[in-house]
Amino acid sequence: MTKQQANWSPYDNNGGSCVAIAGADYCVIAADTRMSTGYNILTRDYSKITKLADKCVMASSGFQADVKALQKLLAARHLIYQHQHNKQMGCPAMAQLLSNTLYYKRFFPYYSFNVLGGLDNEGKGCVYTYDAVGSYERVGYSSQGSGSTLIMPFLDNQLKSPSPLLLPVQDAITPLSESEAVDLVKTVFASATERDIYTGDKLEIVVLNAEGIQREFMDLRKD
Amino acid sequence: MFRNQYDTDVTTWSPAGRLFQVEYAMEAVKQGSAAIGLRSKTHVVLACVNKASSELSSHQKKIFKVDDHIGVAIAGLTADGRVLSRYMRNECINYSFTYESPLPVGRLVVQLADKAQVCTQRSWKRPYGVGLLVVGLDELGAHLYYNCPSGNYFEYQAFAIGSRSQAAKTYLERRFENFTDSSREDLIKDALISVRETLQGEKLKSSICTVAVVGIGEAFHILDQETVQQLIDAFEIVGEDEPPVPEVGDAEADQGEAAAPAAEEGAAPMDI
Repeated sequence: MTKQQANWSPYDNNGGSCVAIAGADYCVIAADTRMSTGYNILTRDYSKITKLADKCVMASSGFQADVKALQKLLAARHLIYQHQHNKQMGCPAMAQLLSNTLYYKRFFPYYSFNVLGGLDNEGKGCVYTYDAVGSYERVGYSSQGSGSTLIMPFLDNQLKSPSPLLLPVQDAITPLSESEAVDLVKTVFASATERDIYTGDKLEIVVLNAEGIQREFMDLRKD
Repeated sequence: MFRNQYDTDVTTWSPAGRLFQVEYAMEAVKQGSAAIGLRSKTHVVLACVNKASSELSSHQKKIFKVDDHIGVAIAGLTADGRVLSRYMRNECINYSFTYESPLPVGRLVVQLADKAQVCTQRSWKRPYGVGLLVVGLDELGAHLYYNCPSGNYFEYQAFAIGSRSQAAKTYLERRFENFTDSSREDLIKDALISVRETLQGEKLKSSICTVAVVGIGEAFHILDQETVQQLIDAFEIVGEDEPPVPEVGDAEADQGEAAAPAAEEGAAPMDI
């Protein structure tokens, strides 16, 4: 007698990749705009990036219905916070809130792989990376989604500081400028699009800095 | 009103068909400091008098943002007002979450009124001791409502509640027919003049009044003290001996203005 298996899954994977890179005084968050199911494309023009607060932007890949529900919840919680504290939530606060919200559904998780980017309370760029149930860590850069296995090693190669224990002694990575970071993101997505079938169509890049939020788009391969 | 044998419980009718506890609750509203609202076709303005309980303390917050398109001014038991504001904010957030559109202000006041009515028909509750001037926008334009502790609500072109509100109402009654087509600036000016009417001779300064505006294309927000003072000066409704630029922290401490030291806008964290 074999165990009965479900013949229906509440989840679906809509694919796509997200990346975020933190700089000294800026943060770059990017995601492709392809939404797919199985081997089909649902739309070429879906944004996976949402602004949660003035200094906090989230990119999420995975099951977009869960992503949408999560975004709405966080937006409502942010409104409550603003009423109670008379100010916007900072990025570290939002990071903790997202973690708690995800863990709240530990036993029926949001199928959402998130990367949070923004400016911390000192104005420096910060990136937080999550798993589906809220385990999170502040990092200098991260990627999530179907292309992350292709993207992350490349970001490590470019951005990871070499261990000080290695010989010969290598300099720590020089900090990236904002335009260098944006170029890196474009390169990374162009490469991921080549080999990951779920990534492509268009790239949405959001840059957060002291001046505010800027958005730009770049075409990617549509095949 | 005098004490009588029918006024102990809210659930006791008087022979004349009155609920005295509810009427006493409405008295509490009349004791609070004044709040005034006026509306045109496209904008609504709220103004209220900030009464600090002593020179050492800050004043209580009487105007609350409920949502981008709804705001409320209270008079009476401000603690009750705070609780009701929290309820209103919650209702707006939940409605937006479910329907992805703003809660029509007319619906909100009905919910508020029903909530107030419950407290007039339970022996273990008491009526809310606060009157609310609810302002908001919907598809038809700008609205001003007054919610009473009794559970009644009315829509107004202009209204004033709280102590010495009759003086403001008299002023508004003379002018209200023009309000529908008023410009935003004229509406604010009329609001400030109404506030001045309730002050009975005391000088009108930005530190003793709070003004908030909501309109088509303009989210609900409270005007900062500098802007209000400039408007007061511009309308030249200040007394003769008032210096033209009041803040900037020199010891131009005018009479009786001890609540705020130099920086008038930063009186207390409770100040918006």
